Amino acid sequence: MKAVRVLAGTKKGAFIITSNAQRSSWTVDGPFFGGWEIYHMKGSPVDPNRIYASQSSGWFGQIIQRSDDGGKTWFQPGFKDGEPTTAPDGMPATESNRFAYDTSDKKGKPLTTHQWYDGTQHPWEFKRVWHLEPSLTDPDTVYAGVEDAALFKSTDGGKSWKELSALRGHPTGAKWQPGAGGMAVHTIILDKANPGRIYVAISAAGVFRSDDDGETWKPINQGLSSNYIPDPHAEVGHCVHRIAMHPAKPDVLFMQKHWDVMRTDNAGELWTEVSGNLPSDFGFVVDVHAQEPNTVYVIPIKSDSEHFPPEGKLRVYRSRTGGNTWEALTQGLPQENCYVNVLRDAMAVDTLNPCGIYFGTTGGQIYASPDGGDNWTAIVQNLPAVYSVEVQALP
Amino acid sequence: MIRVILPYHLRNLARVQSEIQVDVPESATVDALLDAVEARYPMLKGTIREHDTKKRRAFVRFFACGDDYSMSDNSTVLPEKVLNGREPFLIVGAIAGG
Repeated sequence: MKAVRVLAGTKKGAFIITSNAQRSSWTVDGPFFGGWEIYHMKGSPVDPNRIYASQSSGWFGQIIQRSDDGGKTWFQPGFKDGEPTTAPDGMPATESNRFAYDTSDKKGKPLTTHQWYDGTQHPWEFKRVWHLEPSLTDPDTVYAGVEDAALFKSTDGGKSWKELSALRGHPTGAKWQPGAGGMAVHTIILDKANPGRIYVAISAAGVFRSDDDGETWKPINQGLSSNYIPDPHAEVGHCVHRIAMHPAKPDVLFMQKHWDVMRTDNAGELWTEVSGNLPSDFGFVVDVHAQEPNTVYVIPIKSDSEHFPPEGKLRVYRSRTGGNTWEALTQGLPQENCYVNVLRDAMAVDTLNPCGIYFGTTGGQIYASPDGGDNWTAIVQNLPAVYSVEVQALP
Repeated sequence: MIRVILPYHLRNLARVQSEIQVDVPESATVDALLDAVEARYPMLKGTIREHDTKKRRAFVRFFACGDDYSMSDNSTVLPEKVLNGREPFLIVGAIAGG
């Protein structure tokens, strides 16, 4: 590996931070799309120079951006310089920012409402793309997790999108409700060992699994307990903040829930709590070491009422035992007067050895550890609030 | 030829530096003008009006000749000075947010 590229989405633009494999000296490029909210950027595993970005604004709505050269230049899919922007009939060749919910008679008509904050039913309304998950095998195929919670798929490099409406059409759909940040599909995990298997996590509905590339879905929330819903053990309604999987052990997943850190060993059929000795089991991020499937990272946050680290100390917690036993990692992280948050899509690991761990804060820092979490350095400071962090190890 | 001034972020998406110009039929309405803008700059579809309903996005405003055309209905004809190119039609991001 020759280089590492960190893709950071922030409240006011995108940034790309690069280093050599030593991960000791970093160069910051950006902002790209200055002034826009960048919820997420992610590169294709089969073509690292193909990067997708979700750009949105309260004024002008959703935009999808794509780079085919590793982030040097960007274009809206379908509107690349030199390519025709209209079809022979004069209509736009593509509508890369059109996320139309399925309203077909067969699948779409029953999907009329979901539960609102006050318990009443509310129409489904597209707001933005939270997460883009490129296919593991095809650079032109990419999944989009959106608010209000739905899953879309593009097979033409982001030029057009089609809802996989069986997810929203699950019989529990009308019971899904928004969390404080909205109601979104915020996590999408593709399973290389089981083609067609997709996990999604929704706040506040829970985790769902498809084994047929999105044609059918199953809620997999058994074992979760949430005191903010009438039945704490209900099939749906759980505010899952993030799930993570190691590709070598695809049936093992880790979860940071609103409260509780959880683990499943059977692809979500049953979850057990592994919060152990964490100072708080509230938080947003969870990720797994690239070479050690049983080494897991979380960043405890004080509570659902106070979204900052306990005691003003920014600590990453590492478990080498797949949960329950956790150690604080503090070297290089602020240990006093730190009141930032780390949002759910803002942690990533690289695939180098030793494994690099990265996370971004709402205070605009991105911290990196080149040694599995033992030592940390801020590779950039004073960015806008960081929404998402992804990392690519480049050949 | 109608002159249209886009807000900063939409100029970036459309890859234009200053005001744009589009052709519309005589006695064109606001909607006809926006149709022409979207036809000439299809990457702006969905950013000014919603894709399906063509309803104005809530935080986008339309001004011309010192008047607010944001609430105009589909039949409102553009003012003469806009139609003959003496005054621009302004698409403005509302003053809101941070």
